[in-house]
Amino acid sequence: MTNSIADLAKAEAFFVIGSNTTEQHPVIGAAVKRAVRAGAGLIVADPRRIELARMASVHLRQRPGSDIALINALCNVIIAEDLYDTAFVAERTEGFEQLKAAVEKYTPAFAAEITGVPAEEIRKAARRYAAARPAAILYSMGITQHASGNAAVMAIANLAMLCGNLGVEGGGVNPLRGQNNVQGSCDMGALPDVLPGYQKVADPAARAKVEKAWGASISDRPGLTVVEMMNAAHAGDLKAMYILGENPLVTDPDLRHVQEALEKLDFLAVQDIFFTETAALADVVLPGAAFAEKDGTFTNTERRVQLVRKAIDPPGKARPDWQIIAAIARRLSADKALWDYPSPAAILAEAAAITPQYAGISHSRLERGGLQWPCPSPDHPGTRILHVGKFSRGLGKFSAGAYIPPAEEPDAEYPLILTTGRRLQHYHSGSMTHRVAGLNRLLAEERMEINPDDADALGLADGDTALIASRRGRVQARVQRTDRIKPGVVFMTFHFPETAVNLLTVSALDPVAKIPEFKVAAVKVTRLAP
Amino acid sequence: MAQLTINGKKIQTPGGTILAVAREHGIRIPTLCHHPALGPKGACRLCLVEVKGSRVLQPACTFPVSEGMEVQTDTPKIRTARKFVLELLLSDHPQDCMTCEMCGACELQDLMYEYGVKETPFRGERHAYPADDRDPFILRDMEKCIRCRRCIRACDELQSVNAISMINRGFRAKVATSFDTPLQESNCVFCGQCISVCPTGALTEIDSRGAGRTWQTQKVTTTCPYCGVGCNFDLHVRDGKVVKVTSRWDSPVNRGVLCVKGRFGWQFLHSPDRLTVPLMKAELWKKRTGTDGTPSPYAGFVEADWEAALDAVSDGLAAAKAQAGPDAVAVLASAKCTNEENYLIQKLARREIGTNNVDHCARL
Repeated sequence: MTNSIADLAKAEAFFVIGSNTTEQHPVIGAAVKRAVRAGAGLIVADPRRIELARMASVHLRQRPGSDIALINALCNVIIAEDLYDTAFVAERTEGFEQLKAAVEKYTPAFAAEITGVPAEEIRKAARRYAAARPAAILYSMGITQHASGNAAVMAIANLAMLCGNLGVEGGGVNPLRGQNNVQGSCDMGALPDVLPGYQKVADPAARAKVEKAWGASISDRPGLTVVEMMNAAHAGDLKAMYILGENPLVTDPDLRHVQEALEKLDFLAVQDIFFTETAALADVVLPGAAFAEKDGTFTNTERRVQLVRKAIDPPGKARPDWQIIAAIARRLSADKALWDYPSPAAILAEAAAITPQYAGISHSRLERGGLQWPCPSPDHPGTRILHVGKFSRGLGKFSAGAYIPPAEEPDAEYPLILTTGRRLQHYHSGSMTHRVAGLNRLLAEERMEINPDDADALGLADGDTALIASRRGRVQARVQRTDRIKPGVVFMTFHFPETAVNLLTVSALDPVAKIPEFKVAAVKVTRLAP
Repeated sequence: MAQLTINGKKIQTPGGTILAVAREHGIRIPTLCHHPALGPKGACRLCLVEVKGSRVLQPACTFPVSEGMEVQTDTPKIRTARKFVLELLLSDHPQDCMTCEMCGACELQDLMYEYGVKETPFRGERHAYPADDRDPFILRDMEKCIRCRRCIRACDELQSVNAISMINRGFRAKVATSFDTPLQESNCVFCGQCISVCPTGALTEIDSRGAGRTWQTQKVTTTCPYCGVGCNFDLHVRDGKVVKVTSRWDSPVNRGVLCVKGRFGWQFLHSPDRLTVPLMKAELWKKRTGTDGTPSPYAGFVEADWEAALDAVSDGLAAAKAQAGPDAVAVLASAKCTNEENYLIQKLARREIGTNNVDHCARL
């Protein structure tokens, strides 16, 4: 998030796109609802009539995969009707003329054809967003999990800059991160192209700095992303993997391909707290510790680094994961003493020394409360809002992308669009939440959402079992008839291994972000049984 | 700025209610319906104070201070009035503190203690509601409800869900969903915010029944393991087990607000399915040791000691590197693990294997 969670109360309006906030980030969802009840405006863009849509003054139900056309059209209206922040555009940005030219053809009428959203609704949303200062944009994986996800994020940034909503309290471009510590994993360099602190592995100066700290050389070749790893394993180029606390055999796209890939490895080690679907394929399974069983830090979606404290011991012989990783590294290293860390605090101290954003962050400071990065020195209070007065690159650059259709579009054989998401009561592959009896009572199984119009055409009654097939696989699931989902689209989550929706999804990747297109796959649905 | 006196103490204040100003200056006024995270209600009449020139006692939680005001918070007249309120409350409240989940953390019990209310002079009809445990997570024992409406206000003001409200009138008035259905048949999202503000044992955590009174548990403040919001809460620990999660009202992220997974989703910690020993594929174990090993509950795997398991992982990664180069090895870090662990595993990949093949589920 460019801004902070506490900022949400200061927003005059929200534009929520590709985020079912009340189910996926419920506490932020509650904050948005409080602000809207107190008078803030709300515009929702989502193919589903999510809970927030009920409070919204405008609900744009776009076709999955058409976000860029929709956002470009909002920019088109704001420019055409002269509703943008001329001072901000003049002083803080560059490339406005290119943006203007690029979005010129995205008139509401043109975008209506692509998105299925009536032109008048697009105009209404654009005017509502532009009229509110500050306005906060919230988005999540409904925007990013597309083969054009990176360009969609750029389009959102254009919209926010156009209306001067960056660097101000209550505004911002606010991606809501899914996992408790996905922000921190990225910050710590658990990515193939960057070292800790987003320093490019291809940058000799960045490498030299870390090499000096580590006393060893680092490869200058960017590595593989998760889907590319599976492809490389499938092709026989990748021979061994060490997987920490992940369950790709449920969470990755095109699962049959993933299973074949992992089976081809010469060696697979999996470290987890449960015997997951992925662990079953491993050569060695290492029992790690859950959050309550170790010390450390998590970094939340507003860049706040916070302490995680050990409350209980890990069960049996299970060990804190940092100790296990260090023990393996010690065996692999020529410099074994390097891996003798006395505590997580010592590890963060080493990481902070090479991670500029974390330079001022230490466990002892965090004892007194979390800190939002960038926090460049021990006396720095942390940063609540990014881009105040100046962007990190100087001027904010408009970078307009063209609408690109999804990798797979419905056709005569696979006529429906499958889009995927999450539900309040369960989490990811379910290895944690399926082991909480009350959560299973609240939601015991996945039911595919289908619009009654489509269900009627297929002869599906509520609770019937359907076969859902794509070009990659098939899944059986019971159906829920609901107008929450628009005609032509069906919705499922990936929480239940028995209805593993990722058998159906597409592994097409965004060319820049390498994120898979979980949000659009073409499927056909047939009735199996009552 | 207004100048006033409370119990003869001169106070300068920009304004606020008598209760807020008194608390700011370290003067305690008892309350039941008041909660710092909620707007004032003025329902319980416990915070009654004397305001000079006012004919009747005034509720401190809703009465604003003004210039020259003289307030007394603890006179015999006030104590008599508060005791009367407590005796009325006790006339329709079970005295089963011995088995009550909230004993020791109950605001009503604390006030009965402070005001020496052991018995009530009032005899009359009492509510007889069976404890309602039809729903997951939330136990509703409406005999213990004092109708302070804190739960209703939390559901409304903090969560904007409005699953519960007062139904009926007079003696039959009760906190319930529309038509008194189970919570599961309402729009309740099971965030448990109602429990977090209940001053008595009317709303408690089903899964924490009998697991430990407040003084028997150690509280550890930590960060939620589910989504990226990063809510803080307190884990309650007894005998090495987590038994409950409660709100941290001072957290800058969530200000005491939690969701169903954060408040109630901790049971997986103590699942019998937890991995407790390292495991190795039976054929790999045989190849490395020449023995059959100790069977495990998992098909195809035997139990391994840590040394053997760690050696096997290190050998497996090293062998792939030796055979096909460092880029034939990849690691997946974890967005569920700590920053420290993510830092270490990428360092392992980059420094000890020599590859940048490191990623995690950020894109999934």
